[in-house]
Amino acid sequence: MSRVLDMLRFLGGQVIDRVWRLGRASCFFLAVLMKSGAALLRFSLLFREIWFAGVLSLLIILVSGLFVGLVLGLQGYEILQRYGSAQALGTMVALSLLRELGPVVAALLFASRAGSAITAEIGLMKATEQLKAMDMMAVDPVARVVAPRFWGGVISMPILAMLFSTMGILGGWLIGVVFLGVDDGAFWSSMRASVDFRHDVWNGVFKSVIFGVAVSLIAVFEGYYSEPTAEGVSRAITRTVVTSALVILALDFVLTSFMFKGMS
Amino acid sequence: MKRSVLDLWVGFFVAIGIGALLFLSLKVSSFSGIDPQETYTVSARFDNIGGLKVKAPVRSAGVLVGRVMDIRLDAETYEALVEMRINSHYLFPADSFAAIYTSGLLGDQYIGLQAGVETEKLLAEGSEIKRTQSAVVLESLVSQFLFNKAEEGQGTP
Amino acid sequence: MSDDDFLVNIENLRFDYGDRPVLRGIDMRIPRGRVVAIMGGSGCGKTTLLRLISGQLRPTAGTVRVAGEAISEMSHARLYAFRRRMGMLFQFGALFTDLSVFDNVAFPLREHTDLPEDMIRDLTLMKLQAVGLRGARDLMPSTLSGGMARRVALARAIALDPALIMYDEPFTGLDPISLGVIGQLIRQLNDALGATSIMVTHDVQESLRMVDYIYFISEGRVVAEGRPEDVRDSADPFVHQFVAAKADGPVSYHFPAPDMAAEFLGAAHV
Repeated sequence: MSRVLDMLRFLGGQVIDRVWRLGRASCFFLAVLMKSGAALLRFSLLFREIWFAGVLSLLIILVSGLFVGLVLGLQGYEILQRYGSAQALGTMVALSLLRELGPVVAALLFASRAGSAITAEIGLMKATEQLKAMDMMAVDPVARVVAPRFWGGVISMPILAMLFSTMGILGGWLIGVVFLGVDDGAFWSSMRASVDFRHDVWNGVFKSVIFGVAVSLIAVFEGYYSEPTAEGVSRAITRTVVTSALVILALDFVLTSFMFKGMS
Repeated sequence: MKRSVLDLWVGFFVAIGIGALLFLSLKVSSFSGIDPQETYTVSARFDNIGGLKVKAPVRSAGVLVGRVMDIRLDAETYEALVEMRINSHYLFPADSFAAIYTSGLLGDQYIGLQAGVETEKLLAEGSEIKRTQSAVVLESLVSQFLFNKAEEGQGTP
Repeated sequence: MSDDDFLVNIENLRFDYGDRPVLRGIDMRIPRGRVVAIMGGSGCGKTTLLRLISGQLRPTAGTVRVAGEAISEMSHARLYAFRRRMGMLFQFGALFTDLSVFDNVAFPLREHTDLPEDMIRDLTLMKLQAVGLRGARDLMPSTLSGGMARRVALARAIALDPALIMYDEPFTGLDPISLGVIGQLIRQLNDALGATSIMVTHDVQESLRMVDYIYFISEGRVVAEGRPEDVRDSADPFVHQFVAAKADGPVSYHFPAPDMAAEFLGAAHV
């Protein structure tokens, strides 16, 4: 009996904790938005964060995109040529990258590369009293430290996702056309014929903007509310990566079911 | 990191991002989405629309000219009322003929428009296509075929 | 002296961390232009007191008045306006690790003034010169020694010529030479800027040498106060224990615990 009660208590505690964090994150989100003026007007602040979140993630995004494209090309060709439609390879590679893999995989990589770094940076600034020192200098840390990092992430994410998709399509082209002998013209024209800019490209970009907001918010939130100790910061980094991954996949399902419902 | 180096990198980053967007929009995709400003809406009634869906293409001689916007059941006549948007570049005679076809044997269904002969009167915003042909439903086709066979069998004892 | 001569007035200040009382009614007056030390053992609430004065925490009861205005009743904007006239030196400097020494000191100037860049450069170099580190302007904080980092932080704290400077344990973890340098700097800067300084510390000898007045805090109350020369000869048992660094006295060596005999003989387990 007491076992059951313990389990119920544990469950209740967990639920309360989650709901509490969600509420706190929402308030924090509002605060960040309201204090974003300086972050968006002072380009030097924003540029540094785009560099930190975007430019530093370039290498991993470009290389991963290329490899995902190569694998899609190989697998897609193998399946499609069974039905004699290998020229549809371009369509398959482009649609899977633009609609799903580009935004989702790029966001997962972004969370583990840039998200964790943002959490670590803010967490360490908190642990070494830098945020408090800033507050004592009458400079709001949310406006000066958090908001630029948030927007740097939000701006970088769609660019990274588009680069990921582009590299993937080029990878698929490399395998399909250069190595497996799919006709170059058929590859591109079948792709162009069935990929719609608004439904496929634009929806993918929109998805990645949403993911950018989610991952950046999680990263700055976990950093800002981390326990100011070495252990607390490392736990916050882990939470950033795990929470981001779950949120990205859940949001992807929701967004996909809204965007591509009833499309032929 | 010096300011100027940092600015250069961010500039490079944004530039290749724009490059990727151009590549995706020009080389990879096409703008088949129809601007509502440059379309007109027409409707048509069908006895049976089969598996026709909203956003299905409307083609004439195989060329995409519009998309299905809405499908309803007319509560009085029990016919399917289909609304479609046609690109205003393409004008059709008022006595044009709309039919529901299937692309491939089991593929998606689309509306085929066959131009009529009455060139003085054209289809315009809100007009209705009078001459239609319903979708071919595979099950009824098969059952009709079997029925005919059975009748043939009875006819020649 | 009239009320106007005191920059900071603290009346019956209480503060609880959850259920645990940290400060239990503190009265203190800090005269303008002086260097005042607040001393006490570790964990006696000194740092909490500093945070209450600077408005980082809100008191449970009582008031802190700075220049006649109650800190805890200020709006966020008013508090920030006040903080521009306050400087604070954190225990380990709290320099911004992603900025160079120069950019650290220039930070408050850039955030709060619209001065042209060459004027910011001159002002920053002047502040760095005051702490003797003009030559270290291009170094990153991670490459500085503890004493140098503290001096850079001091230059940053005085960048806007504050009227009130607060020091949180400025001597912790420094070698005797750096310690002497910091002590001297605190005194010089206070007099040069015409500022008022509040220093939280447990370094008795250095404080006795350079401050104008000392408050002793124990268990959330002011237990003794006086000028350095009075403190040195004080007969007060607490002050005597502190100044002479005795292990036991009014401040007990043992953390409160159940009776030892009872604990070891097992009586407490029953």
